[in-house]
Amino acid sequence: MKNKKNTNSNSITKATRRWGFLFMGPVLIAFTIGFIWPFIQGIWLSMCQFRLISDAKFIGFANYVKVFQDASFRHAFWYTAMFAIVSLVIINVLAFMVAYFLTLEIKGSNLFRTVFFMPNLIGGIVLGYIWSMIFDGILGRYQTSILLESKYGFWGLIILMCWQQVGYMMIIYIAGLQNVPGDILEAARIDGATSLQTLFKVTIPNVMSSFTICIFLSLTNGFKLFDQNLALTGGQPFVIQPGGATIKTTEMLALNIYNTFYSSNTTSQGVAQAKAVIFFILVAGLGLLQLGYTRKKEVQQ
Amino acid sequence: MKKNTVSAAGGRKTLLSVILAVVSIIYVLPVLAVVINSFKQNTFVKTDTFALPTGEMSAGFDNFIKGMTFGNYPFAKSVMYSVVITLLSTFLILLCTSMAAWYIARVDSAFCRAVYFLCVFSMVVPFQMVMFTLSKTADKLHLNTPWTIPIVYLGFGAGLAIFMFVGFVKAIPLEIEEAASIDGCGPVRTFFTVVVPMLKPTMISVGILEIMWVWNDYLLPVLVLDINEYRTIPIHIQYLKGSYGTVDLGATMALILMSIIPVIIFYLACQKHIIKGVAAGAVKG
Repeated sequence: MKNKKNTNSNSITKATRRWGFLFMGPVLIAFTIGFIWPFIQGIWLSMCQFRLISDAKFIGFANYVKVFQDASFRHAFWYTAMFAIVSLVIINVLAFMVAYFLTLEIKGSNLFRTVFFMPNLIGGIVLGYIWSMIFDGILGRYQTSILLESKYGFWGLIILMCWQQVGYMMIIYIAGLQNVPGDILEAARIDGATSLQTLFKVTIPNVMSSFTICIFLSLTNGFKLFDQNLALTGGQPFVIQPGGATIKTTEMLALNIYNTFYSSNTTSQGVAQAKAVIFFILVAGLGLLQLGYTRKKEVQQ
Repeated sequence: MKKNTVSAAGGRKTLLSVILAVVSIIYVLPVLAVVINSFKQNTFVKTDTFALPTGEMSAGFDNFIKGMTFGNYPFAKSVMYSVVITLLSTFLILLCTSMAAWYIARVDSAFCRAVYFLCVFSMVVPFQMVMFTLSKTADKLHLNTPWTIPIVYLGFGAGLAIFMFVGFVKAIPLEIEEAASIDGCGPVRTFFTVVVPMLKPTMISVGILEIMWVWNDYLLPVLVLDINEYRTIPIHIQYLKGSYGTVDLGATMALILMSIIPVIIFYLACQKHIIKGVAAGAVKG
């Protein structure tokens, strides 16, 4: 296949192959336990009715039909999509602004960068409790709580995610901004471009790859959000629909799947696994979209 | 360059610095709120969240003392389990995935390419897809203790680590390894004495990503571990609220403060590596 390889490197490859079990063995075993087997089993179980796994009974696509009839899942889907898009816009605008300012060589930019990135290291559960205390401290003065109105829960989660994610996206934008060649900025300045013109006509087109990364990253982060959602509102407030179904108004997709799996309903596990498969297709689809988009960009350049 | 435009630009930069300084202070307020409330009597946390813990509101260090045994589970135990799981998992992931990645990059057979493809594929699969089956599998294989759960972390986290290592190994020129082999070095020795030292920067990046992931992870350990016996810090904090009855917010904040102080110290100590690691992990595509 690769004729260019000389005999020496071929003999090295041969010697290395003899040790394949040592180099690949541990990862292959763990990867099978931790990913491949659960994934295949997950696909299979989404077409079964089961409570344990040993009692699985094949029922075809009945679970998927139930998923699309499930009002709570539809609600969670639209709620998650809304959340992902709103948080995507706000986080990226703020992060790019901050990154842009910090690359202007202003005083204290290292300190600011340190501060803005810091919330990233705090885990989602802890973040949720910190912010639920803060929001309830504010809303408590108006005799209400973040758990009582779904719009508080929505915007509360947006604020929380901005606090956590702006610093992260900022780092990626800073890396992009630092890679903009100095001479084209210099050329723009000599040609008499104002700083706003330079920003929109020179800088932003040159950091488009950073935008692609950040946009898809915040989109998938929004879709996959779980810990923060669980800790901040846990889906509250609940609304009982005329039909008798309970809608957890601030419940996102990942939490909806979790609650379906571990509900007391004995037939819901198969439905939950079907939801998980749909969720996987959704998230993986976003990933593929990004891959295609980045490839196309690379060709253009 | 004209002098007045320079000073105007300088003035604008100073103004920007001032604005960003104000925003920075607002940014750390949530952490300050945790500090303030961890010293406050429980009843005042809800009513006077933003007041300093003075006079009758002050609880001294009571919240911290209470927090140690709060929620019917010793906090020190959950710290220990978090540390054990994070260190063991990170070590295992770094060791095993760097070995596999080197093999994949150097041998480059059809099998290797298939494994690599599966690794990249696993990066786009959300945890919810496998959480039920994974927790059942782990249970069956007795991987449900803090000493064995690192194997589960290795399995689910292998994708990203291998992806990052393979990218780096491919950039290392083959000549160095060839020279080692001519000098009589076998593959195992070549890997550990020649390749690993060159992989060090990537090891640090991957290591930091894994530490941040495992330390903060809630869902995987809560599903896999026996939580009556073993709780990590996130599980412990979540179960404070989960237990019925009123939650002592003062003690909760004391626990949260104790759990984020080491994280902040770790961050300030290796800030450069952390930011570099995160930036490297983000470009995974």
